[in-house]
Amino acid sequence: MADSQLYSGRHLLGLEGMTAAQIEPFLDLAASYALLSRSRTPPRDALRGRTLINLFFEDSTRTRTSFELAGKRLGADVINMTVATSSVNKGETLLDTAATLNAMRCDLLVVRHAQSGAPALLSRKVEASVVNAGDGMHEHPTQALLDAMTIRRHLGTLRGLTVAICGDVGHSRVARSNIHLLTAMGSKVRLVGPPTLVPAAMASLGNVEVFHDMEAGLRDVDVIMTLRLQRERMGAGLVPSAREFFRFYGVDRRRLVLAKPNALVMHPGPMNRGVEIASDVADSTQSVIQEQVEMGVAVRMAVLDRLSRMRVPA
Amino acid sequence: MTATLFENVRLIDPSNERDSQSRLLVRDGVIAGVDLAGAEGRPEDAAIVDGQGAILCPGLIDMRVAIGEPGFEYRETIASCARAAAAGGVTTIAVLPNSKPAIDEPALVRLLRGRGEETGQVSILPYGALTKGCNGEEMAELGLLREAGAVAFTDGTQAIADTKRMRLLLSYAHGIGAMVVQHPEDPSLARGGCATGGALATQMGLPQIPAAAEAILIARDIRLAEMTGARLHFGHVSTAEGLALIRAAKGRGLPVTCDTAPPYFSLNEDEIRDFRTYAKLSPPLRAESDRLAVCAALSDGTIDAIASDHTPWDADDKRLPFAQASAGGTGLATLLGVTLERVHNGDVTLIQALRLLTQSPAALLGAPGGTLAVGSTADLCLFDPDASWVVEAGTLPGRAQNTPFDGRALRGKVLGTWKNGVRVFGETE
Repeated sequence: MADSQLYSGRHLLGLEGMTAAQIEPFLDLAASYALLSRSRTPPRDALRGRTLINLFFEDSTRTRTSFELAGKRLGADVINMTVATSSVNKGETLLDTAATLNAMRCDLLVVRHAQSGAPALLSRKVEASVVNAGDGMHEHPTQALLDAMTIRRHLGTLRGLTVAICGDVGHSRVARSNIHLLTAMGSKVRLVGPPTLVPAAMASLGNVEVFHDMEAGLRDVDVIMTLRLQRERMGAGLVPSAREFFRFYGVDRRRLVLAKPNALVMHPGPMNRGVEIASDVADSTQSVIQEQVEMGVAVRMAVLDRLSRMRVPA
Repeated sequence: MTATLFENVRLIDPSNERDSQSRLLVRDGVIAGVDLAGAEGRPEDAAIVDGQGAILCPGLIDMRVAIGEPGFEYRETIASCARAAAAGGVTTIAVLPNSKPAIDEPALVRLLRGRGEETGQVSILPYGALTKGCNGEEMAELGLLREAGAVAFTDGTQAIADTKRMRLLLSYAHGIGAMVVQHPEDPSLARGGCATGGALATQMGLPQIPAAAEAILIARDIRLAEMTGARLHFGHVSTAEGLALIRAAKGRGLPVTCDTAPPYFSLNEDEIRDFRTYAKLSPPLRAESDRLAVCAALSDGTIDAIASDHTPWDADDKRLPFAQASAGGTGLATLLGVTLERVHNGDVTLIQALRLLTQSPAALLGAPGGTLAVGSTADLCLFDPDASWVVEAGTLPGRAQNTPFDGRALRGKVLGTWKNGVRVFGETE
């Protein structure tokens, strides 16, 4: 593929609006990194001399570690900065942080923030390439890319698949990025959950179908993506209890058989076993949850590599 | 095999638009035949009930009943409530969940259903609590309660005050296809009040609840029902303004329904003169113009059902200064008689009135019964629409006696009630 057809942005803030032609090269590059990672001979020079800062305003050991590994496997100098949210809950403070980072002259900035749009705001103020590692309820593009890559490895393609995204879709940045990616790649997307977690307005996100009945939503799907149900959703009155949620919206054996025989079971982690997913389903042969974690590193290597090449020379 | 043949009766079955002199055969607790002719229509093994020209209709379905049990057995038990129901021709009652404990656990729903069956006199259809403990805060396990047999969800005599919470409750209920029943009264406007706002309450020096408290909540909730698509039902609607809002919502095709109770079409605020605490109800008795609006709404179909709003209280709960007395009145035994007043004065036809007491509540609750169709459970009510009697507190069936109709002469009396084909009220032939 010619370079002109590749994603040419300096940042990766989200997948909304991206085309299949822009997404596929990330997946292809990630696939090659997956092989290299497994062979334990990753190229340690792709980001040699580059500085990667993981700037996390929200705790996330898994994602941060994944980016850290990805950066290190490509030879970058990786620095982790965890910032207490309470001290940066004002826009001015976030911009102060940007000024500090500019002074440090880092090349790649991986940002997680509890507020939607925070990485976008930073990206306008820093010299570095910004990767959104999850912002509020907005997007989590590398998670969607790793999900897509996992699906592609097992089912060969994303075109023509039916993917059910189940549970707390409304609050999920993972779901939003997946909706953009999957629909761009030619999959049909179903959003499944109670109306309090999957409001009717979700249908406006694109070519998606909304189901409030789990059985109907899972019937004949190729992929079941379950989402983590945050405990605070119960306190907020969105669902009555964990046991009720599992009874009506949990992915268990009884519901798994409604999907296609070899449907994949996915979860972005960390899982609430017995809440959104039954333990035996999470550990079943149809589950690709651990593989998602592995692909996460490869995808992040591909993203960091690609963005570092897009950087305008200083 | 047991069989009973009802002869010499006027069968009225709103679900089939039937109003005819016919016979009805019950076999093994099920309606086995209607309009039977000749010898085959009079099986030799059948016991005969001669209705002597009285009306036989489906057993009444009362969609709003409070029982003292669990928690307040001194007011009323399931057994005493079942006796009152049977005496009123009522064979199925939907029971409010704001007992102690509240009906917010699936096991309690099953328990109540089972206790109803044990009486042999009445089926109990429990409402599930809308929020845990009916405290208006945390959402109850609506799906699990529904699986256990809850027919719909409500917090009973307390409206959900918080608008956002109500929106979430409606939204979640919509997702499981359940109906929400709301007590239509803005809690903050009603707080501390005991009589409808106006000249009388002012003159009596009573804390007031403006009629607008009903309209404000109904308007809010109709808007929320529109947002969420949920099925919303308002219990015991009592004001002209509230009914106008519901009428308009129905006109727009929204899934909004309502019921009222006999006090609101038969009594007005004048009943509380002399500080008569039996007439202290929730919502309070309204102005005469509101009562007339309720009558009109019965006639034009705005009101979907008539419920007794049976609320038993102990004598000591009522023997207090008006503002301190408990609100609510019994209604099972007087439900049919007071409703028939509206037939006798021409507001509604007999078949309309019986539809509001049988077929409509059954449909709203998704419950069986409310019909004389062959194959249906033989829950039946035999009554004389012209027999006169006087309501006397102290002599009513059941434990609680706090009727707002004390001393009222009624025309229309239940002669017999059958549950699953077994006579549970009236003289055995």
